[in-house]
Amino acid sequence: MLQDKFAGGDERFPATRWSVIEGARSDNRGERERALETLCKAYWKPVYKYVRLHWSRGPDEAQDLTQGFFAEMLERELLNRFDAGKSRLRTYLRLCVDSFLMNEDKAARRQKRGGEIQHLTLDFTGAEDELGSGIIDAAAIASPESLDEFFEKEWVRSLFALAVEDLRALCTERGRERAFHLLEAYDLEDDDNISYEQLAQQHGIAVTDVTNALAWARREFRKIALERLRQICGSEEEFQRETKAVFGRDAR
Amino acid sequence: MKQLTDKALARLRNGAELPDLSGTRYRLLQQVARGGMGIVYAAEDRDLQRRVALKVLEVPGSQGELASRLMREARVLARLEHPGIVPVHDVGTLADGRVFYTMKFVEGQRLDQYIESSASTSDRLRLFQRICDAVAFAHARGVLHRDLKPANVMVGSFGEVLVMDWGLAKIMTDGLETEVATDAAISHSPANRRNDTLGSLITGHGRVMGTPGYMSPEQARGEVESLDARSDIFSLGELLRSLLGEKPSARLSTRSAARLDRSLDAICAKACAQQREGRYVTVQELVSDISRYLDGLAVEAHRESILEKAGRFYRRYRFFILLIAAYLLMRIILLLLIKH
Repeated sequence: MLQDKFAGGDERFPATRWSVIEGARSDNRGERERALETLCKAYWKPVYKYVRLHWSRGPDEAQDLTQGFFAEMLERELLNRFDAGKSRLRTYLRLCVDSFLMNEDKAARRQKRGGEIQHLTLDFTGAEDELGSGIIDAAAIASPESLDEFFEKEWVRSLFALAVEDLRALCTERGRERAFHLLEAYDLEDDDNISYEQLAQQHGIAVTDVTNALAWARREFRKIALERLRQICGSEEEFQRETKAVFGRDAR
Repeated sequence: MKQLTDKALARLRNGAELPDLSGTRYRLLQQVARGGMGIVYAAEDRDLQRRVALKVLEVPGSQGELASRLMREARVLARLEHPGIVPVHDVGTLADGRVFYTMKFVEGQRLDQYIESSASTSDRLRLFQRICDAVAFAHARGVLHRDLKPANVMVGSFGEVLVMDWGLAKIMTDGLETEVATDAAISHSPANRRNDTLGSLITGHGRVMGTPGYMSPEQARGEVESLDARSDIFSLGELLRSLLGEKPSARLSTRSAARLDRSLDAICAKACAQQREGRYVTVQELVSDISRYLDGLAVEAHRESILEKAGRFYRRYRFFILLIAAYLLMRIILLLLIKH
């Protein structure tokens, strides 16, 4: 009986079975490109910032190297070699970036062949703004031990930014723009003094409406972020580990 | 695209981490603890208008290993109705897909915090006996705790003791044994093990389950199938040492317990014998030895020398001995005065 009660939970939350790892191993080139695109969306910013700060490359060179890296991922089918049982995908990718940068002379040639991902709009200006705006602490990657932390943090930032955009689209689609604006004002802005009461006054609604709207927006944000996370994990075990890393106590 | 600052990341993370209690009768109050498996929140049961503790997984889904463990923990607690074991009220899946259960909200402090208090040795020993009573009850119901340590014991405001966190429990009898086998197959990466706040290590198939410093040698060797009550007795012995103020580093490096009374040290040493054949066979035996110590009797764990026997005899009957001595002294003084 108890089991039935629990089983109901999964019916309401069907797991997305497709992941970048499965996609990358597909025989279908279209599938492989789609997998890389998903991966690229989540990881290009952390990779770009990592190249800029850890490898001390200029903006133009870092842009080329970032695009070149993802092109190489597709061409050399690097994801096929990833073993979810041995490491996390993001750790594997960071090590791939290091290896790629160490063979930088070859990279210049490879990035010219990286036409497959050129259709992806990579907002390098936005990434550069984040680097320059003080959002990112360059000193945070001073030690080799902090490389993983830095990469993880930027990866979470990238994942959350994508999820926020998805949430914005969802709110627009469902006519719940106010919920998004409330979340934006309360959770995304750096104003520590804003209160539910102030938001209620600004929007001419009751405080309980603010509470409910924020609860809904946060719940949807979590769902979206988890869905995106599941897509870029190699296995269910990795997904669970990464969920703890993103939302749990390890998260920094 | 919106630039997210570290503050925004933290707010999003905290906001999204909160369990979605819509559709339940609970209202979230605040986070109170975070363990290896999930997060514990204080919540209000709106129907019964009481405060409960709500333990929820960090990850969604009801079919994973962690979900099975949380469900099993709830079921273990449900079968252990004892004043020293936290009672479970409810179990289910939240709207956000996470498995949860609710239990009694215990107000008080953890045993590791209580250890820092100024309680006397006899008070500490009596409290330890109550912990033992709960563990003995669980053993009688065929359940091994496997993660006994100060952080997993709560001391209530009125001195009541509650043994918590039965997530690693092993059921020794009946049909749930299969689930134990499932549990034994749980495999976490080293990274994940490192992440367990309270330091519990969780693995199976010859791998470790428990907390270093408190788990028995056979448990540390991953001999899951052969564990019995004596494994918990080892943990109780280590817990007793902690309760008596011995620092963990002292426990891990040397076995000398200069600060402890010899009998108490012998009790701890017997409970923590490296070979389980050398330990107490049941928790009741351990409790009896503690009772003997509290009553000033010889403990079974320690063979006393004549001097020690005399010392214990003196401590036990100190009042009468001093009374008789005073009487004799008075008689001598009187005799001397009369003579002179």
